[in-house]
Amino acid sequence: MQPVRVIRSRTVVLPVNDVDTDQIIPARFLTTTSRTGLGQHLFHDWRYRDDGSLNEDFILNSPSARNCRVLVAGRNFGCGSSREHAPWALLDSGLQAVISTEIADIFRSNSLKNGFLPIVVDDATHRWLMENPGAQVEIDVAASSVMLPDGHTVRFSMDAFARYCLVEGIDQLGFLQAHVEAIDRFEANRL
Amino acid sequence: MPGSSLQTLFDKVWSAHLVTPETADTPAILYIDLHLVHEVTTPQAFSLLREKGLPVRRPDLTLGTLDHSTPTTPVRTFKDLAVVGESAANQVRQMQDNCREFGVELLGFDSPHRGIVHVIGPELGVTQPGKTIVCGDSHTSTHGAFGALAFGIGTTEVGHVLATQCILQRKPKTLVIEISGRLQPGVTAKDVILATIGQIGVNGGTGHVIEYRGSAISAMDMDGRMTVCNMSIEAGARAGMIAPDDTTFEYLHSRPRAPAGPAWEHALAQWRKLPGHPEATFDKAIQVCGDELQPMVTFGTNPGMVLPVGATVPDANGDASFRKALDYMRIAPGRPLTDTRVDVVFLGSCTNSRLSDLQQAADMLRGRQIAPGVRMLVVPGSQQVKSDAEARGLHEIFKAAGAEWRESGCSMCLGMNGDTVARGQLSVSTSNRNFEGRQGIGSRTVLASPLTAAASAIRGRIADPREYLR
Repeated sequence: MQPVRVIRSRTVVLPVNDVDTDQIIPARFLTTTSRTGLGQHLFHDWRYRDDGSLNEDFILNSPSARNCRVLVAGRNFGCGSSREHAPWALLDSGLQAVISTEIADIFRSNSLKNGFLPIVVDDATHRWLMENPGAQVEIDVAASSVMLPDGHTVRFSMDAFARYCLVEGIDQLGFLQAHVEAIDRFEANRL
Repeated sequence: MPGSSLQTLFDKVWSAHLVTPETADTPAILYIDLHLVHEVTTPQAFSLLREKGLPVRRPDLTLGTLDHSTPTTPVRTFKDLAVVGESAANQVRQMQDNCREFGVELLGFDSPHRGIVHVIGPELGVTQPGKTIVCGDSHTSTHGAFGALAFGIGTTEVGHVLATQCILQRKPKTLVIEISGRLQPGVTAKDVILATIGQIGVNGGTGHVIEYRGSAISAMDMDGRMTVCNMSIEAGARAGMIAPDDTTFEYLHSRPRAPAGPAWEHALAQWRKLPGHPEATFDKAIQVCGDELQPMVTFGTNPGMVLPVGATVPDANGDASFRKALDYMRIAPGRPLTDTRVDVVFLGSCTNSRLSDLQQAADMLRGRQIAPGVRMLVVPGSQQVKSDAEARGLHEIFKAAGAEWRESGCSMCLGMNGDTVARGQLSVSTSNRNFEGRQGIGSRTVLASPLTAAASAIRGRIADPREYLR
């Protein structure tokens, strides 16, 4: 995994609560056996109209969303299925972080393993971000902070191990493999 | 904290599987007893193993099946598989190849035990009390009905478990949900969990492992308990658990892969120690009054938007997400859902496709016809459920009523295998998610119990099952 340290970007705001993984990437696109190229299906049924044409009313299709790497969304983002295709699709589209007041457990875990940042902030900060689309923010992973355009900094909580892996670009499988003797012992003790 | 040394069911299973405990800097390494794998969330994990030259550490603790992208029409040749599309057929073939190459047992098209991953584990008796069970599927919470700690994982973690039989986890918080009293006729396990999600919200369990208990849970059979635990994830909880009791042990006894002989006695002695101490404490507690529950139906686009079947749909009150959901569903506030026209009825999914689910619906449909214009699909959860149902003649009841009788699979729950609900159609479904487009592009889903689904099929409109009970 590539290290993820600082992200500077304008935000794009999706003012919807409980955005589920079926919206992030519908199940019919999960027949792939690859983890790349999924960005074309991101929010597919919101991004495209019934006739297949681009839905220009959908925020991620607007010119203001271009090059935005930080998504701000309503509470409980990423609820639903365990599909890791959700963070794969977000990353493949150029997004690198989501900011919400609550993020679903499995989505959060999957995101952290791929270098996509699931960031939970307090209600007041979230409300400000929702009301100010396009705000320039700076996310500092090592400091676990988001800097708002006025220079004010808001801390977010992130598991220490996940943060370490992100900043150093460490693959968590390597950590598990380094404990193979402990795993061997555990198995031997159970027999 | 008082009582903190007294362990809950979850605490016991968690601590028995710690290879290394968590610290401030590192998560716990948790050992996994059973890894269930299916075709959709594993190909990229097997590819990773291949790239790194790693074997599957414990193929004997790994069990595969084909369920998500498989058709529910018979598959005898690759040509039969192609009906679901080239990409899905390719995914199934890759699963077959991966299992062969890495020595993982696959319950494939030639197996009488193939079926939905969360139906076959319990049915075979590999799902057992006290085990840690994972699968690349969020409804893995189902297996918690046996007192296992079971949760869904992503594909990266599938790779971790294939390679090391372990997973990195922070210890979750605990939530106890007590369902008191006794369920009224026509009210089932599905209504219990829908009402519970309605009460605590789709994020009410986030960060927690739920333990369900109380007299309504104790009185449930294992199929009902699985339905309850299955939908824990719809409340945001990765896992739901129920302490094992005689109902659990009776279900498991003589299952093909459950312990037998002296091993059974030994296992039973261990399993009896699993229920939590009565005074053990939880981080959060919720009470649900089972006596007052009614048949439930969803009206929006998440499982928390749910009401008793005859109740009036509330107003959005300025909530934009709520408004968006009602607009999508084309449901007007201020009126009950009953008598809303139904196009499709789906009886199936890992939530409600077991023998007792089919039996309940068949009892209601016996001698009756589904309404003209309604398509009803009955998809047993496994090939075993299918043959058991056929031995009881249930398939004849469904077919006589005008329903379609299929091979096992996830089918219309998630619309990635050829079984879909058409754009704009309203489906009363016994599955677990009413998200936008879940059952097909533009599909509108109303979640309900098998009884409510059967009653709605007969009426052709959303119906209260109590009007059709015999």
